[in-house]
Amino acid sequence: MTAPPIVELNGLTKRFSRKLDVVERFARRLGAAIDDRAVQAVSGVDLSIAEGEVVGLVGESGCGKSTLGRMVAGILPPSAGVLRWRGTDMRKLSPADRHRANLKIQMVFQDPMASLNPRLRVADIVGEAPVVHGLVPRRQAEEYVAATLRQVGLDPAYLRRYPHQFSGGQRQRIGIARALAVKPDVLVCDESVAALDVSIQAQIINLFMRLREELSLTYLFISHDLGVVEHISDRTAIMYLGRIVELAPTPELFDKPNHPYAKALLDEAPRVSVEKRRFAPIRGEIPSPLDPPAGCAFHPRCPHAMPRCSAERPALREIAPRRWSACHLNETTGP
Amino acid sequence: MTEPLLRVDGLRTHFLTRAGTVKAVDGVSLHLARGEILGLVGESGSGKSVTGQSILGLVDPPGRVVGGRVLFKGEDLVTAGEKRLRAIRGRRIAMIFQDPMMTLNPVLSIGTQMVEAVQAHEKVSRAEAWERSRRALARVGIASPDERLAAYPHQFSGGMRQRVAIAIALLHSPDLIIADEPTTALDVTIQAQILFEVQTLCRETGTALIWVTHDLAVVSALADRVAVMYAGRVVETGTVAEIIGSPRHPYTRGLLESVPSRNRRGVPLRSIPGMTPSILDLPEGCAFRPRCDRTTGACAVMPELAGERGDRAWRCWNPVGAEVRGDAA
Repeated sequence: MTAPPIVELNGLTKRFSRKLDVVERFARRLGAAIDDRAVQAVSGVDLSIAEGEVVGLVGESGCGKSTLGRMVAGILPPSAGVLRWRGTDMRKLSPADRHRANLKIQMVFQDPMASLNPRLRVADIVGEAPVVHGLVPRRQAEEYVAATLRQVGLDPAYLRRYPHQFSGGQRQRIGIARALAVKPDVLVCDESVAALDVSIQAQIINLFMRLREELSLTYLFISHDLGVVEHISDRTAIMYLGRIVELAPTPELFDKPNHPYAKALLDEAPRVSVEKRRFAPIRGEIPSPLDPPAGCAFHPRCPHAMPRCSAERPALREIAPRRWSACHLNETTGP
Repeated sequence: MTEPLLRVDGLRTHFLTRAGTVKAVDGVSLHLARGEILGLVGESGSGKSVTGQSILGLVDPPGRVVGGRVLFKGEDLVTAGEKRLRAIRGRRIAMIFQDPMMTLNPVLSIGTQMVEAVQAHEKVSRAEAWERSRRALARVGIASPDERLAAYPHQFSGGMRQRVAIAIALLHSPDLIIADEPTTALDVTIQAQILFEVQTLCRETGTALIWVTHDLAVVSALADRVAVMYAGRVVETGTVAEIIGSPRHPYTRGLLESVPSRNRRGVPLRSIPGMTPSILDLPEGCAFRPRCDRTTGACAVMPELAGERGDRAWRCWNPVGAEVRGDAA
């Protein structure tokens, strides 16, 4: 490929730690074995997103997918690793360039009621950022907001209303309009359709797809809903306990998942089908990131676990063109 | 035909608010045989949860059951007194809520709560009640139940808490469990575990189940029959195969077409236009009329729930698969 990826992550890591309180520090001085309690929410993630691509990010709660999304959107600073914007390390950009780059990556959240200021009118919610960033002169702001609202399928007559006067689906459209108002290239959508009813969810998914065509947007689409991700994304990454365990073009991944966790996840997602089925669930729960298992994080739940899995962590390797998986099984020959 | 375990007849639950009468449930009829699993499907505001609560007389004011009958083994629960209801709740009919923290008391250990639940309905010794709780926990797949009985709700994960709630519901081997979106807040793998337990338990104990949910996928995997609700009414009912395979009500069809995994990748979804109407201000006639692509002049009158047989019916003048009668509007 000639053009560098629009966003590239290299060993991106996020650690949340809690400082010790006075008593604990004192106890440590007396020789107690107390460490800072650190949660490694995201560990060394490599991912590159091409211009115009939709990458789906799937995982269960606590796997770090939202934290990863927030780092890409520039809301959370990474603890380690490199985030590249169109080939350049974000940290090496001049402050003005970094500011511009940050503006080009916008985020759409799950709960529009929590992410829209209830005391601002729609005109201000959507119009504030483009005016502040000098994209639109204040005098034309209202016109600009009206055009943006039309783009997301809202009547510009609602300009003077407050968020509580809208339904859930309309509020999500306002959230999208706010993100679009600063003319981004990349949208990070964090569970953006999860809280909506099925019929409304379909409308918003269609809106995302239409906007992608019209504005040639790039998406990082985070969701726990496999059906939604399968429908909308070109490539899908599956995360488990802070790491990507499988990454592949969506049709291939859903047809023939490689990683045992990906298989389990796809098997267990309920599907609308006529036949009744028996559930054959994988055992156990996602381990606490405070105390992740050694070796492969999935080995305590994995039906194929071998001794090696609890000792050595498998690296994410390319097992076929454009297909990546982190599992020792790919190196052993035979079953 | 023998009398079903539960027969709901023309149930109407209204909320008398200052803004007007909210007809949350407006003439819902259901029936359930022993050991049967019924999926009650609808979007938010369709009245599916209130239906479940009305069966057990759990609707809080300003809500009130204003009409209809709930016959449980031939006994009308709508007219039954509070004392009688208390004897039935938890013992013959149990309820599982979406948020297990609503069921569990955060300051009491799981064991204390379960023993209390056993002793509320039966005169048994504490030791026996403890033993029964232990067995119930083991039955829903909780490892080392003795330790878990001594633990408090906050020490459990979401999936574990929901298992505890299910174990409590099972304590008295009820005839019927009403489950209100019990797996909606859970992760896929945990949801699969819970569905697996529930399916096995119903099969083993012959407990009937009403599974209230918005998720068609869960229902299609779990239930025997489905009732689809829209704006306080059942709009279509049938077996899972009939509802999923050949929906007759345009709303049911629209719901199915909105599910992304049933569509080809990247193709725009055929969504239902518009949004769920406010139940305070329902359109005259069929409530789905403004969003429907098969509407005709006939739709200004509310159609009756009618069809091939009592449990395969739809509430539509122009059902999917039939010629649209009259002039299309």
